[in-house]
Amino acid sequence: MSAVLEVADLAVRFRTTRGTVNAVDGLSFAIGEGETVALVGESGSGKSTAALALLRLIADPPGRIAAGRILFEGRDILALREEELREVRGGRIAMIFQDPMMALNPVYTIERQIGEVLALHAGMGREARAKEVVELLRLVGVPAPAERAKQYPHNLSGGMRQRVMIAMALACKPKLLIADEPTTALDVTVQAQVLDLIQSLKDRFGMAVLLITHDLGVVAETAHRVIVMYAGRKVEEGTTAQIFKDPRHPYTQGLLEAAKWEEVEGAMLREIPGAVPSPFDMPKGCAFSPRCGAALPRCRESVPPLVEVAPGRPVACFVAQERAS
Amino acid sequence: MSGGRGGVVLEAVDLVKHFPVKHGLFQPARHVHALDGVSFALKRGETLAIVGESGCGKSTLAKCLMRLTEPTGGRVVLLGDDITHLGQGALRGLRRHMQIVFQDPYASLNPRWSIGSIVGDPIRLHEKVPAAERRRRVAELLETVGLDPGFADRHPHELSGGQRQRVAIARALAVNPSVIICDEPVSALDVSIQAQVINLLKRLQAKLGIAYLFISHNLALVEHISDRIAVMYLGQVVELADTRSMRRELLHPYSKALFSAAPVADPDASARRTRIILAGDVPSPVDPPGGCRFRTRCPWKQARCADESPALRAVGDRLVRCHFAGEPGFPAPLS
Amino acid sequence: MVALAIAGPLLYPVDPFDMVGQPSVPPGGEQVLGTDVAGRDMLAGLIHGGRVSLLIGFMASLAATLVGLVLGAVAGYYGGRIDDLIMRTTEFFLTIPSFVLAVVLVAIFSPTILHITVAIAVVSWPSVARLARAEFLAHRDREYVQGCRAIGMPDREIILLQILPNALPPVIVVSSLMVATAILTESGLSFLGLGDPNQVSWGYMIGVARSVLRTAWWMAAIPGAMIVVTVLAINLVGEGLNDALNPRLKQR
Repeated sequence: MSAVLEVADLAVRFRTTRGTVNAVDGLSFAIGEGETVALVGESGSGKSTAALALLRLIADPPGRIAAGRILFEGRDILALREEELREVRGGRIAMIFQDPMMALNPVYTIERQIGEVLALHAGMGREARAKEVVELLRLVGVPAPAERAKQYPHNLSGGMRQRVMIAMALACKPKLLIADEPTTALDVTVQAQVLDLIQSLKDRFGMAVLLITHDLGVVAETAHRVIVMYAGRKVEEGTTAQIFKDPRHPYTQGLLEAAKWEEVEGAMLREIPGAVPSPFDMPKGCAFSPRCGAALPRCRESVPPLVEVAPGRPVACFVAQERAS
Repeated sequence: MSGGRGGVVLEAVDLVKHFPVKHGLFQPARHVHALDGVSFALKRGETLAIVGESGCGKSTLAKCLMRLTEPTGGRVVLLGDDITHLGQGALRGLRRHMQIVFQDPYASLNPRWSIGSIVGDPIRLHEKVPAAERRRRVAELLETVGLDPGFADRHPHELSGGQRQRVAIARALAVNPSVIICDEPVSALDVSIQAQVINLLKRLQAKLGIAYLFISHNLALVEHISDRIAVMYLGQVVELADTRSMRRELLHPYSKALFSAAPVADPDASARRTRIILAGDVPSPVDPPGGCRFRTRCPWKQARCADESPALRAVGDRLVRCHFAGEPGFPAPLS
Repeated sequence: MVALAIAGPLLYPVDPFDMVGQPSVPPGGEQVLGTDVAGRDMLAGLIHGGRVSLLIGFMASLAATLVGLVLGAVAGYYGGRIDDLIMRTTEFFLTIPSFVLAVVLVAIFSPTILHITVAIAVVSWPSVARLARAEFLAHRDREYVQGCRAIGMPDREIILLQILPNALPPVIVVSSLMVATAILTESGLSFLGLGDPNQVSWGYMIGVARSVLRTAWWMAAIPGAMIVVTVLAINLVGEGLNDALNPRLKQR
């Protein structure tokens, strides 16, 4: 499988009044054609920042892509000129967000907003656009698409808006869809619809999907591969089966236990003590060490590098690495 | 403390809440049917979970029970006393028996006050104790919820989300309530923090015998923490049963769809099970569909569902609001 | 500025109504800032006038803020009929041009400092009431307020100790701006000859100087500049107060 997207050593820094924050540090990963990769982490893990950086959407200042290479279809995103970048954004790479109301402009009709993308990237005429919009809405399962196209975002329910966002993202048949918490704001039954939709469209168009989420249930149902992030760094990677059956990093293990509540009937859950560290007050050594039950003295001294503990299983944890060797 | 009948600490009887919707001059008045005849009894030391999607009325239920909003009809019985029509003065004295923990610990603590006074307020209002005694109690409460007593001098914005939620719990505990309504207490917290708060709630329940009314949309969590589960849809309870029997089988088509739609953090299990994907969204609670409220999305609906609204009736060990639940072979597997 | 106004009579003990020299002397002579048309000392006028202007400005906006806050808080927190009643009254006051109303009020009563202050307060409170109502309305349904009701806190305490500290900052900013407006209104009244005839104020000085604006511009310009500087200073204080009152910003 050839890689659609290759990210190497990506670092994003934010300059604030309280000092410089490494929001993303040394992040490397690749997404193959038609593959779904999940970027998993809690708030402050840098997962959303990383996603924004892929399209160079980090507000500068205060943010800055400090280092790294982002190769998309062989082209370095970081070296592109503005107009080339615009071609990629929304054309070859599309993005959907958690809150579709924020991403849709409330004063324009659905038709106009999707049509704009088509005009920009496909150069279609007015008639062709109107037809294509209805077609797209039908594709994402919006009932009565011709009427809906004439409506405004506030006329639609949350699930419908997310479908419209997906239609907009699909308008130019992108190679890669970045979905940042696409179902977090939705109800369970509607979430199931939207995940199902993304899955079927992916198969149909052969898109790759980068799914950013904190919900391990969503990951288990949709992703091929999982990247776990903590405090700006990748701490573990593997196929979905590997991560869920044989998590190696103590943080991943803790997250998984916390997500399988229904299996621990009556008994106490194993909890991860403490809280995610403040980016201004990062612990020395491994960022997870203050919360880790298995931490060794050297975990508090130096940052563990990513080392493959098994083929295709890089883990940034001294304990896991020792156990493997 | 007076006890309720048969160990029941909190009872809702046929609770109704309708909100008028703003309407034009010549349009007929319309109403949001937030609650339509919700009844249940919460026993001492038990956890009853209320699950449902947005708009099902679960948060309105919490507010009606707390009398933070006035129910349109029905009764709320707390420890044997009907509190539905009590005046604010009389109600104030009884409030100590029922407390609430809100979803968002960023919104539920007043940013202007120190943690010490936030936790100490209920004590000050309900008991005449000297300030020194109150400070001692606050320190004790903070320790109970796993916080350093030194936090009493800090302000909410200096605390993380998990710590704030512990403060909210300490405040609820301050007057030794019999019931705590937990309105989505962990859904605003990070995944790795949620387990801490849930364990804390369970420990407190084991130690103090508090009953929880646990409102949540997280089905996995609900299965873990609750003794009984009530599933709500558009202002009505559609199924209510023991958590154990719910795990075994679900009888109402909506409960079935809801639980099957919840993603499970296990790739094998999610590949095995069949998901019921419902069509469409939850209908607006403004003038909801007549007959069975779920019929607009129900894959098994029949003519009778539109004509006749089903009652909540006993089927085996549970209550179900569906004409056909319990009939052999219902609901039939979907093709 | 406030200190100058308070300590003025000690620092510069010249009665502003005394005719100390030639009329219309430009600044720089025996009298530092010159004299006005009647030969009265400009500096003395400025300092004493400042006392009057600031006194009226502060007292009027304090009174308006208190009245506005109480009515706005009650309207916003309780809602319903009380809200309707208070807000309709407020709107009644808002529809009348405030300056005209102030003129009428002062004209009906005698133009003393007290009456001028009351008149300015009467025309100023509705804007505070509206703002306070909006703030209380927004806070009333917040979870922390509901939490306080849930622990059985009396309404009085919720309004005063829980919501008020959160609702106050924008109100304080508005009322500090109101001090400035009040000073301007007072100046306007004095300018029209409706000031307290026994007291010098900045507006009165400008009013007197109006007839000689072309020959002795400084007579109007100097008190005018004082008003501008004072109003600016008060606005800055208002913004500073807003920052200082916010516990989240205090940390930085």
